[in-house]
This record gives sequence, structure tokens and C-alpha cells, in this order.
Amino acid sequence: MRLIATFIILFIFWMVMAGKFDLFHAALGVISCLIVTYLSGDLLFKESRKGRGKEVVRFIAYIPWLIYQIVLANLHVARLALSPKMSELINPQLIRFKVNLKSDISKVTFANSITLTPGTITADIVGDEFLVHALSQPVADDLLSGEMEQRVAHIFSED
Amino acid sequence: MEIVTIIFVVSGLFFFFAASIGLLRFPDFYARMHATGKGDTLGALLVVVGLAIYTLFEGGFELESILTSIKIIFIAVFIFLANPTATHAIFKAGLDSGVVPWTKEGAR
Repeated sequence: MRLIATFIILFIFWMVMAGKFDLFHAALGVISCLIVTYLSGDLLFKESRKGRGKEVVRFIAYIPWLIYQIVLANLHVARLALSPKMSELINPQLIRFKVNLKSDISKVTFANSITLTPGTITADIVGDEFLVHALSQPVADDLLSGEMEQRVAHIFSED
Repeated sequence: MEIVTIIFVVSGLFFFFAASIGLLRFPDFYARMHATGKGDTLGALLVVVGLAIYTLFEGGFELESILTSIKIIFIAVFIFLANPTATHAIFKAGLDSGVVPWTKEGAR
């Protein structure tokens, strides 16, 4: 079942990339997708468990909010970079804080979301402790308010 | 529709510009990572989306132009995935090799 799903996804991707819908290109696609599915078919879907569909829907709903945050934070960093009084506005600091997320996938999502929003970079995750570098005080306060963490927890039903 | 493309590309270029200025002005290695790692992501994303919209409307929604647009969007998706990961990796390498972060207190 997993292998069939992997094959179908690979084949759709192949057809989109090829852009030619004749027999020759489709046959080439089938052959290469079969080889790839045989060699590494267990990579795409690691294990099937319940609630995956709900997570995917919630994750897609999370993306627009994330993009909004990225634009807001990017404007903040752009303003810092262009401001003549930059050295007074920035306040780089390393913050260490605990999160309540349990699974690896939710921690990774949270860490990548932190890195994507400008002004904060995840440096390290040890257990449930995050080490984050923040560029200025407002972005650090934003992060510690925990709104993003709650949203990530909601995606994976951990809240 | 060209106006939308122009808005996207110009705002993308603005973020690239801000990122470059930030790269030159921020005080240390870590702060500079903030400017390049993320300003570039959004900048490239906006430029690429602008081009995708342009291709889509210039091609008049033919199959070929739709496929080209999808391919361009794939570039955006992979930039979006790869850039934060690379930023994180370089950042962690900096921490591990013992580069001391610049702080406000230290500067005084």
C-alpha cells in the first residue's frame, strides 16, 4: 500500500516535470519510478498511523499564518538593517527555553518555523530544551509568548 | 497582471537589498546570519512567485505555461525547505567552533 502510494506520487511528479504526455515519456516514467520505488520506497511514508490526514489539513491551514508572520518579521529585520540607529535597536541574545512538544516531528516543525521567521534562529534542541538566537528584544518577546508553539502543538493534537 | 508581477519582483528585490545591507552592517557572525538566511528566503520566494504568475498569464493558461509555473513554484518550495536548514547548520557550526556571540553588554 505504501509502495503504491509512493509510486503514484513519484509518477505524478515525473509527468509534471516531463511535460510531454506521450507513450514514450510515460513508459520511461513508469520504469524509473518503479526502480526508485523498489530502492527507496520505505522513505516517503515511514509508518502509517491514525490521524495523519487531520495533521496534513491542519498543517496546510498553518502555512498562511506562518507566511504572514514571516513577512511581518522580515519587515522588522529590514527596518533594523536600514535604520541609522541600528546599534541601539538590536539586542542579540541567546535564549534557552523549554517546550511542551512531545514528538520529534512537532519539534522539527517548530524549530524550522522559528528559523524561518527572521530575527530568530534555532541553534540546538536538547531533549525538550530549545536554544534560540534572537536578534532584538521584540522578536524574543514574541517567541516567548508561545503563540507559535501553541499553533504547532495544535497541528499534531498535542495541546 | 503585469502590475502584480512587478509588485512581487520589486518587493522581493527590496528584501534582497535589505538583506545585503544587513549583512554589511550587523555586528557579528550570528546577527549576519539573520539578515542573509531569512531576507534571502523571502526575497527569492517573492521574485520566483512573481515570475510564476508572469509565465502563467503570458502563456494564456496553456498546458505548457501551467507546467512551467508549477516547476517554478517547486523551486520556491525547495528554497523554503533548504534555506532554514542550511542557516541552522551554519549557525550550529559557528556555536560548536566557539565563536562568541556579540551582545549589547559586551560592546560597552
